[in-house]
Amino acid sequence: MSAAVVSMRNIVTRFGENLVHNDVNLTVYKGEIYGLLGGSGSGKSTLLREMIMLLRPESGSVEVLGHDVLHIKHTEAAELRKKWGVLFQSGALYTSLTVAENIAITLKEYTSLPPDLIDSIVMAKISMVGLPEHAASLYPAELSGGMVKRASLARALSMDPQILFLDEPTSGLDPVGAEAFDKLIVSLREHLGFTVVMVTHDLDSIWTIVDRLCVLGDKKVVAEGSLEEVMQSTHPTIESFFRGSRGTIRSRV
Amino acid sequence: MANIEINYKNDICQIECSGGWTLDSVAEVSPQLKKALSAIGEASDVILDITSVEVFDSAGAILLLNYADKFKGKGYHVNITGASEEQQRMLAMYRQQLATTTTETQLNPRSIAARLEHLGEKSINYVLGTAHFFAFLGETFNALIYYFVHPSSIRFRAIFKNIEEAGVRALPIIALTAFLIGVVIAYQSAVQLEKFGASIFIVDMIGIAVTRELSPLITAIVVAGRSGSSYTAQLGVMKITEEIDAMKTMGFDPYRFLVLPRIIALMIAMPLMIFFADLIGILGGMFIANVQLNMSYSEFASRLQSVLDIKHVWVGIIKGPFFAGLIAAVGCYRGFQVSYNTESIGRYTTISVVNAIFLVIACDAAFSVVLTELGI
Ligand SMILES: Nc1ncnc2c1ncn2[C@@H]1O[C@H](COP(=O)(O)OP(=O)(O)O)[C@@H](O)[C@H]1O
Ligand SMILES: [Mg+2]
Repeated sequence: MSAAVVSMRNIVTRFGENLVHNDVNLTVYKGEIYGLLGGSGSGKSTLLREMIMLLRPESGSVEVLGHDVLHIKHTEAAELRKKWGVLFQSGALYTSLTVAENIAITLKEYTSLPPDLIDSIVMAKISMVGLPEHAASLYPAELSGGMVKRASLARALSMDPQILFLDEPTSGLDPVGAEAFDKLIVSLREHLGFTVVMVTHDLDSIWTIVDRLCVLGDKKVVAEGSLEEVMQSTHPTIESFFRGSRGTIRSRV
Repeated sequence: MANIEINYKNDICQIECSGGWTLDSVAEVSPQLKKALSAIGEASDVILDITSVEVFDSAGAILLLNYADKFKGKGYHVNITGASEEQQRMLAMYRQQLATTTTETQLNPRSIAARLEHLGEKSINYVLGTAHFFAFLGETFNALIYYFVHPSSIRFRAIFKNIEEAGVRALPIIALTAFLIGVVIAYQSAVQLEKFGASIFIVDMIGIAVTRELSPLITAIVVAGRSGSSYTAQLGVMKITEEIDAMKTMGFDPYRFLVLPRIIALMIAMPLMIFFADLIGILGGMFIANVQLNMSYSEFASRLQSVLDIKHVWVGIIKGPFFAGLIAAVGCYRGFQVSYNTESIGRYTTISVVNAIFLVIACDAAFSVVLTELGI
C-alpha cells in the first residue's frame, strides 16, 4: 500500500455539550478516492474541516501530506494550502467575481505567471471540468446548480492540487448530472493523479467511484476499508445504510 | 528552477527545456521563450525538447503548448520531443482542452467600443432606475389600498416590531446627538449674545432652531444611517437567499409583508422621536445657558413658555412622517435592487443612506420655502 496522505488519530470534537467525534481514526492513501460516509449530522463536514485547518479538534492528531496540521508553522501552513483544493458543499464561489476570475484568483495571488498564460490555464480548466466556454464570463448567480459545482471544481483544481477535498459534490444534482460529475472526478484523477477525499451520501458514487471509505456512526468510525470490507460489518449504521431499501436495490444489481 | 537553452543545428532550432516546469517556476522561462520567439534565426524546424524537465504541471504544459502554437503561427515546423509517457498524456489532454477553446476568447474586454457600450448601458439603467422607483412606489401604494380594503391584513405585529427596532432602540443615540446639538448651538450663540448683552435671547434661538429645524434633521439623519441602511441590508440578504421568492410563491406579497410595515412603523415612530429630540436638545441648551450665562433653569423655562410658539414644534413634528416615508421607501427600494452577489449589498446600503439623507435635506428645503410663503 502506498503512503498515507491524510491520517487522523484519536480525534475528539465537541461543540459545547455536543460531542461530535469520540476517538475517530482514519487514513487516506495516495492516489485513492476516499469516501466519508455517515448519516446527516454525524460530523462528516466537521471532520473534513479539521483536515483543511478550518477547525481544531479538541484532541487527537491530524497529518496531511506529512505535516502535523495542529502544530504547523504559519509559513508551512501557507505552503500546504496551495497543495490542496476544496469544493464546499454550496460551491462557495465568490459571488462578485466571474467564473474565470474565481479560477484565476489563486494563480494571480500566488504565482507570477504572465496574464495571457493565466487566461490560457483558466480556459483549459474550464473546458476540463466540462463547462461551456461562455461560462467563463458569467457570474455565479447566473449558473445552474450543476455548473456551480463544476465551476468550483475548476477553482479547486486551479493550482494543480495533490489532494482534492469534496463536500457532497453530487448533492443537489440530478442523477444524470451526478453520474457525469462522478465520471469527471475519476477521469481527472487518472490524468492528474491527485488524491480525493469526498463526503458523500450518494450510493451511486459509493458504488461506482470510491476506492476506500469509512462510515461514521456513534461518534466513531464504525468501518473503514474497501466496499467489500465495509459490507462485512454488521454494525447497525451499515445495516441501515447499505441494506435499507435504496441500498438493497444497488447490491442486487 | 525552469530553464531553456537554445542551440542551432543546420536548419533546426533546438530549445532544450530543463528544471521544474510548474506554477511556481514557469514564470521565469516565459520571458525567455518570448525572446526566443522574436529573435529566432535562420531555421525551418523548431524542436522543443523536454527530456530534462523534472516536474511538469498544467502551467508548464500549457505554456509549452502555447509557444508551440506561436512558433507554428510564424510558419515553423514544431516538434515536442523527449516527453515521458506521463508527460505525453498530460500534453495530449491539455492539447484537447485548448483545442476546444477558441484562442481569441476575450476574458477582459478593454476596447473603446466595449467602454462606450458600458457607458450607454449605464445611462439607460439610470433612466430605467427612476422608472423602477416609481413602479416601486406604485406597488407600495397598491399594497396600502389593500390594507384599507382588508384591514385585517395589516401586519400589526411586524409594525410594532419595527417601531421598537427603529424607534425605541434608537432613543439613546438620538438623545445623545440631540443633547450635543443643543450644547453646540447654545455654546456658539452664548458667546455672541453675551457681547450684546442679549443673553436672554438664547432661549428664543434654541427653542426655535431646535424644534423647527435641527431635531427633525438630526433625527432623520440618525434614522437614515441606522434603519434605512438596515432595511436595505435585510431585504438584500432576503433576496440573495431567495426568501423573497419563497414568500411570493406562498402568496405573501413582499410589499404588504415587508415594505409597508417598515414604512408605516417609521412614519409612526419618527414624529415621536422628533418630539423626544426636541426635549433633549432644549435640555442641552438649558444646561449650557446655565453654565455659561448663569441663567437659572426656571428663568429659561418661563422665557421658553412665552417665546416658543407652539407652531414651531408642530412644523418640526409634521416633517417627521415625510422624512420617515422617504427614508424607509428608499431603504426598501434599494434592498430590492440588490443583485445576487454579496458585494452589491454593501454598495446598495451605501447608496440607500446617501440617497435618503439627500432626499431628507431636499424635502426640508421644500418645507422651508412652502412654509415661508404661507407665512407659517
Ligand atoms: N460551528 C458549529 N457550532 C456548533 N455545532 C456545530 C457546528 N458545526 C457543526 N456542528 C454540529 O456538529 C454535528 C456534525 O455536523 P456536520 O459535520 O455538519 O454533519 P454532516 O455529517 O451532516 O456534515 C451536528 O450535530 C452539528 O449540529
Ligand atoms: Mg455536511
